[in-house]
Amino acid sequence: MTTHTEAAPPQVIPLPDAPRKRRKLTAYWLLLPGIAWLVVFFAVPMVYQASTSLQTGSLEQGFKLTWHFATYWDALNEYKWHFVRSFAYAAVATVLCLAIGYPLAYTIAFKANRRWRNVILILVIAPFFTSFLIRTLAWKTILSDGGPVVSTLNSLHLLSLTDAVGLTSGHRVLATPLAVVCGLTYNFLPFMILPLYTSLERIDPRLHEAAGDLYARPFTTFRKVTFPISLPGVVAGTLLTFIPASGDYINAQLLGSPSEQMVGNGIQKQFLNVLDYPTAAALSFILMALILGMVTVYMRKAGTEELV
Amino acid sequence: MTEQLRDAATAGGDVRLTGIGKTYGDFTAVHPLDLTVPQGSFFALLGASGCGKTTTLRMIAGLEEPTTGTVVIGGQDVTVLPPYRRPVNTVFQSYALFPHLDIFENVAFGLRRRGKKDVKKQVEEMLDLVELGPMARRKPHQLSGGQQQRVAVARALINHPQVLLLDEPLGALDLKLRRQMQLELKRIQTEVGITFVHVTHDQEEAMTMADTIAVMNGGRVEQLGAPAELYENPATTFVANFLGQSNLIPAEVTGRSGDDLLLSAAGVRLTVPRSRCATEATRIHLGVRPEKITIAHASATVPEGRNRISGTVADSSFIGVSTQYVVRSESGQEIAVFEQNMERDGRIAPGAPVVLHWNPAHSFGLDASQAIDAGTGEETA
Repeated sequence: MTTHTEAAPPQVIPLPDAPRKRRKLTAYWLLLPGIAWLVVFFAVPMVYQASTSLQTGSLEQGFKLTWHFATYWDALNEYKWHFVRSFAYAAVATVLCLAIGYPLAYTIAFKANRRWRNVILILVIAPFFTSFLIRTLAWKTILSDGGPVVSTLNSLHLLSLTDAVGLTSGHRVLATPLAVVCGLTYNFLPFMILPLYTSLERIDPRLHEAAGDLYARPFTTFRKVTFPISLPGVVAGTLLTFIPASGDYINAQLLGSPSEQMVGNGIQKQFLNVLDYPTAAALSFILMALILGMVTVYMRKAGTEELV
Repeated sequence: MTEQLRDAATAGGDVRLTGIGKTYGDFTAVHPLDLTVPQGSFFALLGASGCGKTTTLRMIAGLEEPTTGTVVIGGQDVTVLPPYRRPVNTVFQSYALFPHLDIFENVAFGLRRRGKKDVKKQVEEMLDLVELGPMARRKPHQLSGGQQQRVAVARALINHPQVLLLDEPLGALDLKLRRQMQLELKRIQTEVGITFVHVTHDQEEAMTMADTIAVMNGGRVEQLGAPAELYENPATTFVANFLGQSNLIPAEVTGRSGDDLLLSAAGVRLTVPRSRCATEATRIHLGVRPEKITIAHASATVPEGRNRISGTVADSSFIGVSTQYVVRSESGQEIAVFEQNMERDGRIAPGAPVVLHWNPAHSFGLDASQAIDAGTGEETA
């Protein structure tokens, strides 16, 4: 045996089994509270509601699972206009939120200095310091028949205009579609502004300079650079506005009349007043399915996976 | 492509800055300065950060409005024109590539904004020029730093600007890639003949690439000239220290002999040609570059007519091509010496008594009223 000068191959020292397993399990331990919460407060109620929606009976005699799918059809038939209104109001409110929120988010992200930026952001979320209900009740006062808003709009003859297109009726705002849309827009505006702001704020201002340097006028720069890069924020903002707005019932309840009722009002009525639990549960599921469908189509169109 | 770019270049003209200055409130970023960048030249604005070089560049680009003065490009006064109407394009620091567009669309951006035809052909040719043809459909974040840098150059050059502005374009690259890109940019510039105005804080980069360098300090141009001219004849202590390394020895003018000034530096008699002394003052800093000095054992004979200083080696470090010595003279002054490693084992050990000598024509005299450590990066500001 001669001496050999080759270096010994590096030894792979295997981790003992126990610590490795423990390390792998860490991720699951971290997920546990979230999963537990989801199971108890989402999965279980979902299954329960699904079964309720297929039961028949009454509160007095008790409900029995009879796989009665016709409830879905009947509910949809009865509440089809509620669905139409829900999605129409939510869509208009979402568009309004985008129209109001985008310029604001843009200003905060690019035009405001650091101090003003924080002030404006606090103002954006300030309404959350008061309850949703109180804020919506305040709108009832703001839009009341004798109030300053209505009298101003009347003196400008704007209400004749909105009356003509069916947004308002009888020269009043309260208890009209306009009031409900206004309430929805107001209540969900921060959910639009915040994601828009975060996506705009990440944009390097040098990209604007580069676009200008490459012969893009300011508006072209916005159209070709700023807006496309902010699209993930637009998608997030519209979803965060549209989804809760289409399921909302407070605004329609407080600011609308029975003819502005949305699906949420229907579900509430069936659950709490009529006590027809199967119909209420079926309505909830129809609403969920429709929203999921629309969101899927929307995400496909917006092609978010293409964006950074 | 190259021919088209050449046509654009010859159609352009000089960049002429007249009394251009920029102040932000109380702070003067750029003192009113006059600067002419001749057409077709590779011009570097060199200085430490905050010296006003980037502000000057941005005023040429139209991204910053000058407080005073005018910008004329190719005979056209563009001072009040917005960036998108100026015949210049910029390569931004950290490139500012559009993250949502692929490489092809990034490069095509300028052409599309001006409604140009055969975009496809031009972009493909340009991508070939910067050797990125196969990357056309990638997104910027899928490219390496060097590749992104070339995209930024291509995106600007494709518009055939009269002037290409480069704002520290190599700052984000590692040293090796930076050297490579310097040569690459120089090659492109020679090939297309467009005027390049290049902002950098790296003196080696400026000297490698530029025909003319303007050294800026504190919002003013300290000196302007060809790299060799600036290196051999620095006009201020800042330039002497910032561009390469200099030994500055405080000395007093004691008399004249023919074309030479006789000096006394702490008792040591030295000379400097009068033509190489930028001042009439009697107290000067005598400058000499470390590589101009010959180091020899104290016993060695020094040829006639050379400046000589004796001292002891305080420190020596071997860096491959050369050995760097720090020699402490008898009066306590530290003098750096670079000695080419031509002979083996020629190294002189620390502590050894040595004599330093150099040709007086390789030294320069600067007014001693300036801070001796300006531009070293260690100055007591």
